[in-house]
Amino acid sequence: MNSYEWLETILFFVVLLALVKPLGAFMAKVYQGERTFLSPVLVPCENLVYRLCGVKRDEEMGWQRYAWAMVLFNLVLFAALFAMLMLQHLLPLNPQKVPAFGWQLALNTAISFVTNTNWQAYSGETAASYFTQMVGLAVHNFVSAATGMAVVIALIRGFARRRTSLLGNFWVDMTRGTLYILLPISVVGALFLVSQGVIQNFGDYKTVPLVQAVTYDKPKLDAKGNALKDAKGNPVTESVTAKEVTIPMGPVASQEVIKELGTNGGGFFNANSAHPFENPTPLSHYFEILLILLIPGALTYTFGVMVGNTRQGWALLGVMLFIALLSFGVLQGVEASGNPLLAKLGVQGANLEGKELRFSLPGTNLFEVATTGTSCGAVTAMHDSLTPLGGMIPLSLILLGEVVFGGVGSGLYTMLAFAVIAVFVSGLMIGRTPEYLGKKIEVREMWMSMVTILAAGVVVLITSGIAMITPAAVSSMSNPGAHGLSQVLYAFASMANNNGSAFAGLNANVDFFNLLGSLAMTVGRYLPAVAVLAMAGSLAGKKYVPPSLGTLPTDKAPFAIWLTLVILIVGALTFFPALALGPIVEHLTMLGGN
Amino acid sequence: MKEIRPAILMLILFTVICGGIYPAVVTGVAYALFPNQAKGSFITDDKKHEIGSSLIGQPFSDAKYFWGRPSASTDFGYNPMGSGGSNSGPTNPDFLKAVGDRVKALRDTGVTGGIPADLVEASASGLDPHITPESAALQVARVAKVRKIGEDEIRKVVAAHTEGRQLGFLGEPRVNVLELNLALDAHK
Repeated sequence: MNSYEWLETILFFVVLLALVKPLGAFMAKVYQGERTFLSPVLVPCENLVYRLCGVKRDEEMGWQRYAWAMVLFNLVLFAALFAMLMLQHLLPLNPQKVPAFGWQLALNTAISFVTNTNWQAYSGETAASYFTQMVGLAVHNFVSAATGMAVVIALIRGFARRRTSLLGNFWVDMTRGTLYILLPISVVGALFLVSQGVIQNFGDYKTVPLVQAVTYDKPKLDAKGNALKDAKGNPVTESVTAKEVTIPMGPVASQEVIKELGTNGGGFFNANSAHPFENPTPLSHYFEILLILLIPGALTYTFGVMVGNTRQGWALLGVMLFIALLSFGVLQGVEASGNPLLAKLGVQGANLEGKELRFSLPGTNLFEVATTGTSCGAVTAMHDSLTPLGGMIPLSLILLGEVVFGGVGSGLYTMLAFAVIAVFVSGLMIGRTPEYLGKKIEVREMWMSMVTILAAGVVVLITSGIAMITPAAVSSMSNPGAHGLSQVLYAFASMANNNGSAFAGLNANVDFFNLLGSLAMTVGRYLPAVAVLAMAGSLAGKKYVPPSLGTLPTDKAPFAIWLTLVILIVGALTFFPALALGPIVEHLTMLGGN
Repeated sequence: MKEIRPAILMLILFTVICGGIYPAVVTGVAYALFPNQAKGSFITDDKKHEIGSSLIGQPFSDAKYFWGRPSASTDFGYNPMGSGGSNSGPTNPDFLKAVGDRVKALRDTGVTGGIPADLVEASASGLDPHITPESAALQVARVAKVRKIGEDEIRKVVAAHTEGRQLGFLGEPRVNVLELNLALDAHK
């Protein structure tokens, strides 16, 4: 790394850490119903929402009711989006006259956006209308993020409250998260992105002449639109000359900002954040990374404020930061040293296949760590084309459960489940009753923490296993050998953990991946969320146990180190065999020169 | 089932707020503050016709033009309707062969020594408008010879279309290939 690259990397983390406290404190006020600088404008809006929806703001819910409201809301969201995708051709704002989604793809896409996954088996510029993007997908980017935040706030209340069964009101938490946190940052952020060159319009796609016309082979199609094949089974092509090209347009900036801020990750265009209209400059690039990490980072402070000891939050942030820097260091090292098989051909420098030139290499790598350490899944580089060990970093960050800053809400609640397990294991070692934040950790909490952490992992291993013995899945791989296994493993890791990024060479728009993936996304989202709420309910009912000499201090460095080890060990024990067969084998093959 | 009413009404309300009011406000303010960027940073000719976007690259293979990065977009290189990367893994034999062919094509134009990776490895979007200054320098002799213009003259045009780091330290110095080739075509 040269001095510019060091400077931009260090400055990025300084800015991120400087924002944790102010935003974290602001979010704590919002969720506790205190006045903020936005209250004069937003309190009337908030009250109007409650009045129209028949929500009583002071009526708190127990964990079952809170969970039921969350699940029911998501069911309604799913049904609405599914219908919108199936009826796309009948709805307005469709200048390109794109047809409706098929039901398998609509099912997968609707579940994908409702679960904050944003796995995309379709290509935005050709398959989705402006109406679908803006009124459908972008809205889910807001509410799925607000749902995740509501769940973690309920869990924090579980730790903070004593001898009660009440966790707050789901509708109030959802509304406040959207109105006070997501929308204001999105408005300002979207305008900033437009200033950098991200487009924001409703115009028809533009046709411009090419300076140099191109001639290419276009596959011939029969009357039904299927590719024609000759006697040997090779596709029949005809030579076509293109003198002009069509450039897609759309309301991109307003969707780009919430896609990152809500750790959603669904790109307006197929190339996602690598597309120059989604991410035009180095500054927009760093801004987008900041948006991804902003809320997950600041929530640790919100947590600290609400449990009455901000050092508890800093300890968790320290663990996240450590794993992020470690991952970034490895990724930067292997990508900077390039592909040895290409070096033999005389190619110099870092691995640039699937990367954009306007972003520096460390900037690109930082984005990939941020997007997979959280549940975002937006990409500025094609993960499929990373070096084998480079590609293992995003894959591992997803498999660890996305706790390295983590998805909005979901990251912190998974991290807190890890903390509960770390406390329990250390409690066993020293023979004391484990306590976390003054609450005794008992059987119920352990069960729910295990479900939260292992749900996605179990789904990944079972579904990837099924894929390996299913011919339809195997034929979807675009790269031969060990890399093909990595593609499938990545696909299910991404869907089960609600990430949404991909080793995108995999042809995922087939029934097998659409349907099994829908199941993986659903289980990976709602099983942990409901388990977390169950744990919150049980914790809230407990009495407070004041710390004694035998209590493990969870706001100090030794616990942070221990928590890091627990996360890494659980991850390694679960996934090492699968990783060894995919990226590690491919790395050895590459070094061997084959 | 008393939660069903807020569930449906919240969906409708937030669709109106986040899917209607929010993008409309952003679009309105964006048009007022940054109209050129909001519409796609288009380059116009003397007659105000749009002839390309400075953010979206175009395919070049003629010897008189500077070549951009390889593109893996669908149908043909730099097709804005089919953005995306090759998604080739680093050990994929087809990928290694494609890079080998690109290296050979450059060698055939008289390029010696190491080849900068950006000139033979495809971008993520397939629309990357930039190459490194090193990759531009490698092509100066070829373009100068075909256009029968002095190499120093060409270097000046390249320098005029080289962007430095943003704010002096962000990203990489880079050359906008479309703008450079348009400038060369307009050059005397």
